Amino acid sequence: MGETPKPNRTRTLRVGNLARVEGEGALYVRVKGRQVEEVRLEIFEPPRFFEAFLRGRSFTEVPDITARICGICPVAYQMSSCQALEAALGVQVEGPLKALRRLLYCGEWIESHTLHIYFLHLPDFLGYPDAVRLAQDQPQRVQEALALKKTGSELMTLLGGREIHPINVKVGGFYRVPRKAELLALRDRLERAREIAQRTVRFVGSLDFPDFAPDYTFVSLRQEGEYPILGGRLVSNRGLDIAVAEFEQYFHEEHVAHSNALHATLKGQPYLVGPLARYNLNHDQLPASVQAVAREAGLGSVCRNPFQSIVVRAVETLYACEEALHLIDAYEEPDPPSVPVTPRAGAGAGCSEAPRGILYHRYRMDEQGLIAEAKIVPPTSQNQKMIEEDLRQFVAANLELSRPELTLRCEQTIRNYDPCISCATHFLRLDIEHEP
Amino acid sequence: MPRKQRKPTLAVWKFASCDGCQLSLLDCEDELLAVAGAVQIAHFLEASSTVMPGPYDLSLVEGSITTPHDALRIQAIRKNSRFLVTIGACATAGGIQALRNFADVEEFTRIVYARPEYIQTLKHSTPISAHVPVDFELRGCPISKGQLLEVISAFLHRRKPNIPQHSVCLECKARGTVCVMVAQGIPCLGPVTQAGCGAICPAYQRGCYGCFGPQENPNTVALSAWWTQLGVDEAAQQRAFRTYNAGARAFSKEAERHG
Repeated sequence: MGETPKPNRTRTLRVGNLARVEGEGALYVRVKGRQVEEVRLEIFEPPRFFEAFLRGRSFTEVPDITARICGICPVAYQMSSCQALEAALGVQVEGPLKALRRLLYCGEWIESHTLHIYFLHLPDFLGYPDAVRLAQDQPQRVQEALALKKTGSELMTLLGGREIHPINVKVGGFYRVPRKAELLALRDRLERAREIAQRTVRFVGSLDFPDFAPDYTFVSLRQEGEYPILGGRLVSNRGLDIAVAEFEQYFHEEHVAHSNALHATLKGQPYLVGPLARYNLNHDQLPASVQAVAREAGLGSVCRNPFQSIVVRAVETLYACEEALHLIDAYEEPDPPSVPVTPRAGAGAGCSEAPRGILYHRYRMDEQGLIAEAKIVPPTSQNQKMIEEDLRQFVAANLELSRPELTLRCEQTIRNYDPCISCATHFLRLDIEHEP
Repeated sequence: MPRKQRKPTLAVWKFASCDGCQLSLLDCEDELLAVAGAVQIAHFLEASSTVMPGPYDLSLVEGSITTPHDALRIQAIRKNSRFLVTIGACATAGGIQALRNFADVEEFTRIVYARPEYIQTLKHSTPISAHVPVDFELRGCPISKGQLLEVISAFLHRRKPNIPQHSVCLECKARGTVCVMVAQGIPCLGPVTQAGCGAICPAYQRGCYGCFGPQENPNTVALSAWWTQLGVDEAAQQRAFRTYNAGARAFSKEAERHG
């Protein structure tokens, strides 16, 4: 049933818990006539206080503890923690150890992106409640998705010990590094994963996307010579170009009443992080072969439609497969598995590209290496304001849609971001008010 | 035509947690479709927008209770569930967020949030069993996929899950890993920690850090004496017992002896 907006009429739509996101939250939208009066993404995930209880812990414990912020992207937390602490300790991790970190992170990108593409996002486009129902009609597609995801998990398990909360990451490197033969044993599966990822790009590129392309401020890491994963400078499409250590001079977090997640802004304005931002700011860093597949799927060098983020994720999954193969071939076993670190007083910042966008960490520690202060800015809290802004614009432009259709599109708008509400904190419930 | 037998219903619930334990179910790539074929997934928000009303045959609960609202929510879930199984260290022992139990939560709130008055939280993070009867507790931070499949299968067949309660040491022996504490003097919680992970850490050249919580009847005092000989100071010993299973009784009691 369609609803014709009437002037000065306030409409209400209510939906229960938002599904297929990581964590739980609620959305509240109030529309009066054609005017969207209020949009609030409410994050109810109970606070877990990591920044508080990290105080007094040894720096050596931090990567294991911060992994527990998120079961979906623990590697991102471990990498940003390690880099921030290494900056504070004056230690550089380079060569094969750095390559192994990138390889582990590729595993997380493959696993997490595939989960989002096939299990959380795709069912919306095809009209299914979940991937299990989709598997009844398209078993091969879902089995391939599971094989792709599993390859990411296997890479994480080999390098990290297990895929959720890996145990092998430490400040300075790893506890144990793999033998070249162990990595080569994964090669065949990665080749197959690359083929599935290519098919995925073509398939998701053929989906129908709503016409929607806001003028975003994109923020990502950038470093000449490689697509950003582990580090680089923080750049935007509006001229920002700063070192990671300058993050807090430009980005600020505010605390609003309706959410347990802090809202971050860049000079007071919302901005977007994640696959779309990385792609738009680093398209030239993708190998020509990956660029070609993206082009075939209808992506130019710039993509501003957030609904097409599913295509960009598929492109990044393909890139992660290619990069993993490249890193495995180039790998030379290092000795020892980590660089030595000695505790000292100091402070340092680190930032890496979690599947959902930049994840910033800063620590200050005392001369024994005990943490005095910790600051963690996850991607979802950075995107939170932008998600609200997308919803505001999308609802305003689509008021003629039927209630179920508009509701689904709003949920999809949120899922475009693959928001990890566990990271940001948690509970997504969608309430659209269109009161008469 | 004979009536088709109803499939048992499975519900997955989340409280304060990282989502990792419910992700373990989706990480069962080889078995996921088989599990989904054997049960009716009635409520699993992370994976499906299908939401069926209860009662549910088996509820898997992730996360700990940290807000007044969640303390009420778990009661409703219990009433609506034939069997209720907790998955992971948060649901079973209060999780990493139970570190607040040994501190001033108001101070924690001030450290993290600019506007502490917006935050509603309980002083303690408690396991599900502190609020409602629990049929089985599956340990781990995160849980092991194999154990999760065993628990689901056991409840579907109305039998007791076969989950060993011995220490990680036995898994190290089974895996053929040389003891890192004996051979290399690396402090390890393996002797007092319940098996289940497959003894990964020692196989990766580091000590166990206790993510599966205390084994049955652990001798933590003897282990601490050993750690002291290895040169681990009191504060570090306290931190070791106060991490992912800080709320588990055997670990919280041992932590009190140090620091």
